[in-house]
Amino acid sequence: MNVTRTFATSGRVLRQLGHDPRSIVLLLVAPSLLVGLFAWLFTDTDVFDGIGPAILALFPFVVMFLITSVTTLRERRSGTLERLLSTPIGRFDLIFGYAFAFGLAAVVQAFVTVLFAVYVCGLDVQGPLWQLGVVAVVDALLGTALGLLASAFARTEFQAVQFMPVLVFPQIILGGLFMPRDRMPDVLYAISDWLPLSHAIDAVNAVAAGDEAWEVYRPLLIVAAFTVGAVLLASLTLRRRTP
Amino acid sequence: MNQGAHHAQDPPTPAVIVRDLRVRRGGTTVFDGIDLEIARGGITGLTGPSGCGKTTLMRAIVGTQRIRSGTVTVLDREAGSATLRRRVAYDTQAASVYTDLTVEQNLRYFARLIGASRHDIERVLDQVNLRDQAGRRVDTLSGGQAGRVSLAVAILGRPELIVLDEPTVGLDPLLREELWEVFHTLVAEGATLIVSSHVMDEALRCDRLLLMRDGRVIADTTPARLLSETGAADPDRAFLTLIERKAG
Repeated sequence: MNVTRTFATSGRVLRQLGHDPRSIVLLLVAPSLLVGLFAWLFTDTDVFDGIGPAILALFPFVVMFLITSVTTLRERRSGTLERLLSTPIGRFDLIFGYAFAFGLAAVVQAFVTVLFAVYVCGLDVQGPLWQLGVVAVVDALLGTALGLLASAFARTEFQAVQFMPVLVFPQIILGGLFMPRDRMPDVLYAISDWLPLSHAIDAVNAVAAGDEAWEVYRPLLIVAAFTVGAVLLASLTLRRRTP
Repeated sequence: MNQGAHHAQDPPTPAVIVRDLRVRRGGTTVFDGIDLEIARGGITGLTGPSGCGKTTLMRAIVGTQRIRSGTVTVLDREAGSATLRRRVAYDTQAASVYTDLTVEQNLRYFARLIGASRHDIERVLDQVNLRDQAGRRVDTLSGGQAGRVSLAVAILGRPELIVLDEPTVGLDPLLREELWEVFHTLVAEGATLIVSSHVMDEALRCDRLLLMRDGRVIADTTPARLLSETGAADPDRAFLTLIERKAG
C-alpha cells in the first residue's frame, strides 16, 4: 500500500462529492428526517426507544452501500478505472482511498444523525454517545465494502440499485429491527447470525442499553470481520487485466 | 531516452514486440497468433475498419488486456509489468477523466499517482492549450476539450510510450491540426506514439502505418510507400486495393 496514492484517491473522491452539494445535503439531512419521522410516528409510546438505535445503525450502511456501488460502477464504466489500473496505483490504494473518503463522510453523517436522534427526538441512550458514532462508522465501512463488491456484478447503475432489495433488504428484515432476533424462528435466527447487519444492530442496541465492553465490541468485531472479508473479495474483482 | 544499456552502435530494440499473440474477447477470437513490431520514436498509426482489433492490440500493449497466449514485450519488459506503469501511458477512446472534477483537479490527482510535479501539470496544460479552462469542470467543456484533458493526463510525467485510441475522432479540422502538432512535439521530445484511427486520411500523417483487418496485420508500411505501391490516389482507395490483392 502507498500512503500518497491512497490519500490522493480519498481527496479526489471527496472533491467529487464536494462538487455535488445536493448529494451532501441528502447525505447529512435525510437520515435525521427519517429518524424524526419514526419518533413522531411513535409519539407517546416506548417503541421509538426500542427501535431508534437500530435505525441509527441502518442509515450509514444503506447510504454508503448505494453511494459506493454507484460511484465505483461509474468509475468502471467511464474508463477511469482502466486508466487508473494502468498507472502505478494498487488496488488496495484504491479501495482504502474510497473507504477513507466515505468513512469520513460517515463520521459527519453519524455525528448529525446521533445528535438529532438524542437531543431533538429524545432517544434514550445509556452508553456513551461516542460509541454510537464508532458503530455508525464501522457500519458505513461495511456498506462501502459491500458496495464495492456489488459494483463488480452490476453492468449498469440500474442494476447496482437493484442490489438493494437483494443484498440489503433481507438484512434489514432479519436484523432484529422488526422482531427481536431471539424470538425469530430457529432457521431465520441461524440465517440472521450470518448477516453482518444483524451484528451491527446488536452493537448499537448494546450501546443504547448501556452494556459494557465485550457486549459492544464482540458484535462490532464481527461487523469489522465481514467488512475485511468484503474488501478482500472486492479487491479480487479489481483486476488490471480484463477480458 | 533511457537507453543506457545500449551502446551507440547497437540499433535500439523495438518499442513493442508482439509474438504469436492470441486473444479472445466476448466469445470471439480477436487475434489468432499475430506478430508485429513497432519501432522506437515517431508516430505509428494503427488503422483498419472498426472491429479489426486496434483497441485490443492497444490494450495488450498497455497490459490491461487478458491474453490467452503469446508474448507482448514493451520497452524490453513484459507488457503491463510494474516498472512500465510510469513509462507507458494510455488514453482510451472515451475521455477517461472525472467529469465532475475540474481540469486541474483531474491533472493533480493523476500527477500524484505517478509522482509527476506541479511544474509538469503546468507544462501539459500549455501543451494541450487548456490553461484558460484549468478551473472549469470537465462536464462544462466541449467534447474536444474533454478529449484534450484526457490527452493531458496521458502525457503527464513524460512517458516514453504513449498509446492513444482514436484521439482525433469527431474533432473539427482545426482541433485535429492542433492535436497533430502536439503529437509531433511529443515525438521531438523523444516519445514513441501509437495512434489508432479508422479514418485513413489521418493515417497519412503518421511516420509508419500498420494496416489491420480481422485481427491480422495486412501491411507494415509508410504512408508514402502505401500510396506508391498501390498506385492509388487517396488512402481509402489504397486500403481497398491492398485488401483486394490479399484476397486475390
